[in-house]
Amino acid sequence: MTDIIIQLLIIVTKIVFFTFMVLLPLVPVSVYFERRFCAVIQDRVGPNRVGIPLTLLGFKKDIPILGLFQPVADGIKLLLKEDFTPSYVRTTYYWLAPALTVIPALITVCVIPFGSPISILGHQEQLLIADIGVGPLFVFAVSSLAVYGITLAGWSSNSKYPFIGGVRSTAQMISYEISLGLSIIPVLLYYGELNLGHIVQHQADHGWLLLPFWQDGKIGLPDATTALYMIPAVIAFIIFTVSIFAETNRTPFDLPECETELVGGYHTEYSSMKFALFFMGEYAAMVIGSALIVTLFLGGWSVGFGLDSWINGLHIGDFQIGGILHIGVFVAKLIAFILFFILVRWTVPRFRYDQLMKLGWVVFFEAALINVFLAALILAAPELGSAAIAIGAVLLLAVTAAVIWVAKISEPAPKALRV
Amino acid sequence: MPSYLFWFFAIITLIGGISVIAMRNPVSSAMSVVVSFVGLAGLFVGLSSFFAAIIQILVYTGAIMVLFLFIIMLLDLKTETKRAPSIAAIAAGLSLVIAFTIQLVGVITHTPNKQAPPLDQAALTAAAENFPADSGIASALTAGTLPDTKLIGHTLFTDYNFPLQILGLLLLVSTIGVVVLSNKSSEKENH
Repeated sequence: MTDIIIQLLIIVTKIVFFTFMVLLPLVPVSVYFERRFCAVIQDRVGPNRVGIPLTLLGFKKDIPILGLFQPVADGIKLLLKEDFTPSYVRTTYYWLAPALTVIPALITVCVIPFGSPISILGHQEQLLIADIGVGPLFVFAVSSLAVYGITLAGWSSNSKYPFIGGVRSTAQMISYEISLGLSIIPVLLYYGELNLGHIVQHQADHGWLLLPFWQDGKIGLPDATTALYMIPAVIAFIIFTVSIFAETNRTPFDLPECETELVGGYHTEYSSMKFALFFMGEYAAMVIGSALIVTLFLGGWSVGFGLDSWINGLHIGDFQIGGILHIGVFVAKLIAFILFFILVRWTVPRFRYDQLMKLGWVVFFEAALINVFLAALILAAPELGSAAIAIGAVLLLAVTAAVIWVAKISEPAPKALRV
Repeated sequence: MPSYLFWFFAIITLIGGISVIAMRNPVSSAMSVVVSFVGLAGLFVGLSSFFAAIIQILVYTGAIMVLFLFIIMLLDLKTETKRAPSIAAIAAGLSLVIAFTIQLVGVITHTPNKQAPPLDQAALTAAAENFPADSGIASALTAGTLPDTKLIGHTLFTDYNFPLQILGLLLLVSTIGVVVLSNKSSEKENH
């Protein structure tokens, strides 16, 4: 009985720590980064005033630590604003929708491995909440539920522009889920594994998928198969990253909330904390997407260069601290990738809606499909004869040519503007 | 004795299923189907079949029901919410329910009431002997975990390989059919 209670305590501790002390703080932090970073890009200063409010305690001056407390002020502002519900909305779904966008993003955190296993007093503990064998699929499945929140928000607002925003978002998310799922098949073929913890462990031992330059603690060049596998891995990485952009409704793919066409998109009728929840859902999805990219392609918590076994060995007395260091490495990689997301948002202009659909269905879907065949051919090559490899390569080229040809002829000829 | 989680998810599934027909608003009905599917996925997890649970959510809840909801919203069915169900519809529905119940009772009475073997270390290690020693399935089984995704893949590509290929062909034919049919109707509109 005490065993079960201890187990439950450990699980609750992990959930509270990873969800409420790692993921949720990352949301306001990335909002802060977004504002400061876009200010840098636009040659402005950005929010740099809010710090420790000593004036409230009777001192003469506040301490502005680079404006790091700005997210707190934003949060308080959003909580205290008037929560106005228009009279014409469908109330139940109007209230349900913001929650439905945030909750899936928070659930998906449970399969992300944050660090290597730590051991306390001889008790080994994984640094992830649920060690299940279907990691990436779980993330896709649960985050695909977030589309209900956006769709219902658009529909229940009972107003024209939010509805168009909701419909756009549904079409966009369904379209990009396909290339999202297809693009990681080469990655899963390489690891032969769906468990994210094992995938990261494999990368720590044998080199990251995009940087396979060490083997069992020694730096060196990879073997032929791994080296060739960089090609499908890079293609998969590009398709996956762009699809994550589309899936999280980030610029350049934020058509559902395109201000110039749709006022504010699906959250036009929302105010106060309900609006903030949509905002939080978007940023939490971005954090989870970055976490998934880092985990699958960039080694997760591993430092790389054969240093991981040394870090795992570090300990203070009976307490191995390697796992804690790995959490720091993981969060650092995560923030670096979030900064990349922000950089793209403030440099690339927004796509047109038909361009977005065409990119998803005509370019990425086919490219991901061909990439699967290419990856399978490279993986199977050492066991095939040279004739079989040649036939496979020729077939692959033929399929690629055929797909490009079909994509070309399926495109309607541009209409003349003046007849 | 099934676990409490079984009862929890079974009740969620049933509540979802009943509210599909009890709700008047088509959007509410569609959302009830979603709740029911999530409960069903929970039941699959209770059977240690994570892959089936995830696919249940990914395919049915995340894709098919979203399309249903999409279409219901676009149609904007106002008359549906006011129409009283006719006696013929209720009778047809009831007869279907009775037919399925009889079938279920027939299947259950013919199934021997066996206790499922517990998934402990001994059973899993014994099962590992059916697979090559260096395969991923065998190593996962001897480590005491159930590699349900790999087992499903293994079964599909060995015992059921031919039906799988036929199914793939069938899906391809239907996909091409959809494209051809939708092209035809859009051409007619243009002329």
